[in-house]
Amino acid sequence: MISANLQAIYVLWIRQIKRFLRAKSRLVANIVQPFFFLMFFGFGFSFIRLDGNLNYIDFLTPGIITMSVVFSSMFAGVSVIWDRQFGFLKEVLVAPVSRLTIVIGQTLGGSTLAILQGLLVLCISMILGAKVNLFGLIPALIFMVLIAFFSVSIGLIIASRLEDFQGFQLIMNLLIFPLIFLSSAFFPIQNVPDWMNIIMLANPLTYAVDGLRGFLIGTFALPIYLDFMIVVLVSLSLMLIGAFAFNRCESG
Amino acid sequence: MLAIEVKELTKVYDNMIVAVDHISMHVKEGEIFGFLGPNGAGKTTSIKMLSTLLKPTEGFAKVCGFHIEKEPDKVRRCIGIVFQDPALDDQLTGKENLDFHARIYGLSKERRNKRIIEVLKLVGLEDKANELVKNYSGGMKRRLEIARGLMHYPKVLFLDEPTLGLDVQTRRAIWDYILNLNKNKGITIFLTTHYMEEAEYLSDRIAIIDNGRIIVTDTPTNLRSLVGSDVITIGCKNHKNLKAELKKKNWVEKVIHHDSFLEVYVKDGEGRIPEIVEVAKENNVNIESINLRRPNLEDVYLHYIGRMIREDTSETKKIMAQRWLRR
Repeated sequence: MISANLQAIYVLWIRQIKRFLRAKSRLVANIVQPFFFLMFFGFGFSFIRLDGNLNYIDFLTPGIITMSVVFSSMFAGVSVIWDRQFGFLKEVLVAPVSRLTIVIGQTLGGSTLAILQGLLVLCISMILGAKVNLFGLIPALIFMVLIAFFSVSIGLIIASRLEDFQGFQLIMNLLIFPLIFLSSAFFPIQNVPDWMNIIMLANPLTYAVDGLRGFLIGTFALPIYLDFMIVVLVSLSLMLIGAFAFNRCESG
Repeated sequence: MLAIEVKELTKVYDNMIVAVDHISMHVKEGEIFGFLGPNGAGKTTSIKMLSTLLKPTEGFAKVCGFHIEKEPDKVRRCIGIVFQDPALDDQLTGKENLDFHARIYGLSKERRNKRIIEVLKLVGLEDKANELVKNYSGGMKRRLEIARGLMHYPKVLFLDEPTLGLDVQTRRAIWDYILNLNKNKGITIFLTTHYMEEAEYLSDRIAIIDNGRIIVTDTPTNLRSLVGSDVITIGCKNHKNLKAELKKKNWVEKVIHHDSFLEVYVKDGEGRIPEIVEVAKENNVNIESINLRRPNLEDVYLHYIGRMIREDTSETKKIMAQRWLRR
């Protein structure tokens, strides 16, 4: 029984990897977009010196890694809409495996791809001259995994509510972009108006970006234990909600 | 043993539409059972309930002896299903789709590899195994889906409109696969369709469903005989004599004359043609043409569905749904 579920998780995982490698345009877009962000913003704002004599590209790198992980893993969650539209979801739902198994397989597949992309962004940023502390890579990876779980779950929740992709565009623009912009990915949390500071502190991604930045670049704006606790807590609760949301969705 | 047993199965959707309305039936092991009805009659909803994808509102069903709500995993293990719309991953190859299925059903590596070759051969897709499914034609996709439905050695195979949108040759080929599976592999087949010929050609027994209710269940032969006799149409001038003479015969049920032809209603049409020719000769009537028409399933279908549609509007159904939900 356990081995059957492991098989199912494995095959859901490998399916995502294969699909990703075969979708050439997605592959290119996922590399080019963070590259442009890093290069144009990084060099464009290179006159800025942040606290501790930090280069802007150093500051930006953890932010773009986060953005890349969020987009990629959210897409994995939302791709359930695709599977529903193309009918493949029924094939999965009628199989003798639990819904939880399906959610785990989907999450692991999406997260794997997201983390590989995050690491790729890291390499690009180093090529572009960002100074990264590679000793912080292991704890940074833990943060990346948590961000991925968090975003796949949001994707699954969106997918269980939406019928098609028009709605997804709207959610991207109204929810996901503000979440990224107000996460200290692009600018530090200290020098913003009070109202914005409040929103940023209420945004769980802020703690994720801050933790990642702390380990990779060496500057924390918030206490590390707070970063870690909030990210773990939010990821776990969203995973539960995501699994629950998926469980409720019938084949349509 | 019964392959499928259904008692008072009912599905009412949230919007008060009664999709399936207290249906009861049984499918014997080794049988091809046809579920015939117009679009929106409740065929797909029934299949979804039997395959554990939808929860019934009322009633129950057992598939392979397992209760669909209490033992869904056991039901899922013993059934194969081919959905009405393709449910393949077209970014994967045919073989990868089969491998996906085999793994998610927990087949061991040796069984998996052996079975993939077997089922591909069965539907004649061996040489397309490593091609991406997005390059398959509609008929190839359907065949791959049938192959996939068979991967885990199901006892019962559900086919929801298996030949919808396919051309004539492909449809014939798929019919042959289905018959072959049933005859040679002993797989019980539950199929829905709105094509008469399909139901008639394939099924051992047919249930006609409309507005969520089963109207009649019987073998195709019995269903045909329900609507009546064979009709022999005789083209001839000067048929007055012939009509009078034929009316005297006790095997003739009814004779109707039109301008230049007679319609003779009899039981065993083929056997009576020589006798009719004989009677015509005796009376010096020159027969120009002769044509036998047997009632087909279409007549049966129109007989039942035509009547039901008039009796039962969706408005009254809605009210009935509200009434018994309040109970």
